[in-house]
Amino acid sequence: MPSAPPEPAAGPREEAAAARPVPAWRRSLRPYLLIVPALLLTGGILYPFGLGLYYTLFDFAASKPQPDLVGFENYRRIFTQSSFWDSARVTVLYAVGAAAVETVLGVSVALLLHRASAVGRVLEKILILPLMIAPVIAAIMWKLMLQPSVGVVNHLLEPIGLGGVQWTDTPTGALLSSIAVDVWVYTPFVAILALAGLRSLPASPFEAAAVDGAGWWFTFRRLTLPMLWPYVLVAVIFRFMDSLKVFDIIYALTEGGPGDSTVVLQIRAYLEAIRFQRYSFGISYMIVLWAVVYLVTMVLVRYLGRIQSRAAEVPK
Amino acid sequence: MERMDRIGHDRRRLVALGAAAALSAAPLLSACGTGFGGGGATGGDGSAADDITGSFDWKRAEGRTVKALLNKHPYTDALIADLKAFTEKTGIKVEYDVFPEDNYFDKLTVDLSSGRASYDVFMLGAYMVWQYGPPGWLEDLGPWMRNSSATGAEWDQADFFPNLLQAGQWSLKAGAPLGRGGQYALPWGWETNVVAYNTEVFKKLGVRPAESFDELRELAGTITRKAPGAGFEGMYGVAVRGSRSWATIHPGFMTMYARNGLKDFTVEGDEVKPAMNSPEAVAFTRDWAEMVRKGGPPSWTSYTWYQCSSDLGAKKAAMLFDADTAAYFQAVKGASPASGKIAFHPGPKGPGGSLATNMWIWSLGMNARSRNKSAAWLFLQWATGKEHLLRAAVQGNHIDPVRTSVSEAAAYRNKMGAIPGFIDTFEAVVGQTKIQFTPQEQFFDATTSWASALQEIYGGKNASSVLNGLAGDLASKIG
Repeated sequence: MPSAPPEPAAGPREEAAAARPVPAWRRSLRPYLLIVPALLLTGGILYPFGLGLYYTLFDFAASKPQPDLVGFENYRRIFTQSSFWDSARVTVLYAVGAAAVETVLGVSVALLLHRASAVGRVLEKILILPLMIAPVIAAIMWKLMLQPSVGVVNHLLEPIGLGGVQWTDTPTGALLSSIAVDVWVYTPFVAILALAGLRSLPASPFEAAAVDGAGWWFTFRRLTLPMLWPYVLVAVIFRFMDSLKVFDIIYALTEGGPGDSTVVLQIRAYLEAIRFQRYSFGISYMIVLWAVVYLVTMVLVRYLGRIQSRAAEVPK
Repeated sequence: MERMDRIGHDRRRLVALGAAAALSAAPLLSACGTGFGGGGATGGDGSAADDITGSFDWKRAEGRTVKALLNKHPYTDALIADLKAFTEKTGIKVEYDVFPEDNYFDKLTVDLSSGRASYDVFMLGAYMVWQYGPPGWLEDLGPWMRNSSATGAEWDQADFFPNLLQAGQWSLKAGAPLGRGGQYALPWGWETNVVAYNTEVFKKLGVRPAESFDELRELAGTITRKAPGAGFEGMYGVAVRGSRSWATIHPGFMTMYARNGLKDFTVEGDEVKPAMNSPEAVAFTRDWAEMVRKGGPPSWTSYTWYQCSSDLGAKKAAMLFDADTAAYFQAVKGASPASGKIAFHPGPKGPGGSLATNMWIWSLGMNARSRNKSAAWLFLQWATGKEHLLRAAVQGNHIDPVRTSVSEAAAYRNKMGAIPGFIDTFEAVVGQTKIQFTPQEQFFDATTSWASALQEIYGGKNASSVLNGLAGDLASKIG
């Protein structure tokens, strides 16, 4: 068996270098060098954000390329317009509706799939398919399927006498249809997170409950749900944040109509900034939306932190 | 304690360093053009057209490349098929990107507003001139047209239908009429908004095309009620657009609105006032919404021209009140189940027999920031010239000619004569077809809000209060 080649002996130059202490300036510089990538990344995020914030203080628009400084006038206009409050109401309805339905459905699906079976394993693979479709494509697909005369949905409902539904022609129908598409796309996301949570739960409390003769509902309410809650809350946070920022699904399905019934804040910001080219006003809308998402997320994350700490305190 | 002090000291040093870096970066960022956009286009007071001297020469920019942004359209297909002829004639290569209409204008708007010169030439409509003209994004083509060194005599400006050339000419002042000021776009292809109908169902039901708006409303409802019983399962009366977009207002709706003598805005001195809430406009809008409810497409609020056109072709709609091209592409042999059974009619007349018709015009424009203006102008000249447009009309599907010479050419008339009523309809409306909107920068906001109001009225809201609300909202934005 051939032996490994011997390590080359350290020369006098290397020995001297090893013995020489690292200069103090290099030692003090090292932490700063290490944070350079993080600084660049932060700068890459903060610079456009700061620039956007700066632009909101002007009346910058295509029709006014050399704008005047207007201070907080854009924000004042936003908050005094009824259209903003209408959009805010629709945005909240959409986000709460979508996140709630997705959570309930996602957890239910996860509970069903958690019972190991061949069918469950197949369903698990099918379940993930909507997540692989771009939301805008899903919305267009559903738009075709919801067409009252040629769409497959009404065709399927025809035998039970519900074939003539005008899905997106009424304000309520349009909002519910948009939420339904969101639910179709994102329920699998919640289900996958919940399923991962279920599979990580310790078996012993459930075994003890079974020995004590606890029923399914009792076990679910007193054991499964409390232990699963941190996982569910992570899914809720993600879905709520995303639903507050929704654009693609609603725009592809209804363009914000009928009337202004599905014009969420993101669509209004897009119309103002891109379609109508009132840049400052459009960015102001986006900043307001950012602030709302930030505050809501902060509250939810704090709540999640408390839940997790409480879970950590439970004696094992 | 000493460590705490050092950390504090280091933090202060870091903040100071960061602030210094930010301050030193500020001029650099300005130099990179991160400030507000806009600004001059030619870099001086004069037009780049003034640099062209000597005799006209198609080979003047040989070896150059022109970049074009195009919308996916049969007119575009005819242009692309003929590009080889342009390159042979001029030695100029054309590179192009084609986008579907849903994304096309967003792409163009973002590109022009960024101040880059990614594209030298592009397709646009007259309404876009109102949006892109004031910020200085469009080259004024007037000086190029007037310079005989830049423009060949064969281009023959007088050959264009006058309303079409005027559609791209504007003084950039809200409310000012078209046909005065700079020429910001050249007519290339256009569409009149008329009625196309299925002759088979009309014959079976024993009905005739409507001659008035009241008749059209009645007819649409009658067909919706009777056609399914006459063997046309699922057929409804009239296909018109309904999506929440400016594009819903400008075809059939604006045509009928104008034929009734109604105005979108009134101009008094410098003031532009919304007029879509006048008592007559309210009554018309209510009637239009009622027509759609009784004889329009199901799920109307999502209808774009694609759905309207395909419903006519699929024998789902008995009539289409929209662009003549939208019906033509269903009418040609083998194109759809209804082909061979589609005829054209000018549509209902207004009081006094008015056939005032709103038009859509596909124009070609030049980027004011283009660094390739001489070659770009040669391209625009060729693309709007007689030679290409006749070829595109006869060999391709560029079917509404912007030039009288093409509309009178025997080859064109032979081709279009095969579609019942097409030429008669074209000739009946061409003299009264023009942009029926009041030019102003907030066109897209106004018409998108108008479409939204129309949807609300269709949904059962009170027309008067909805349109008063719309007018009030627009009055604060325009004027």
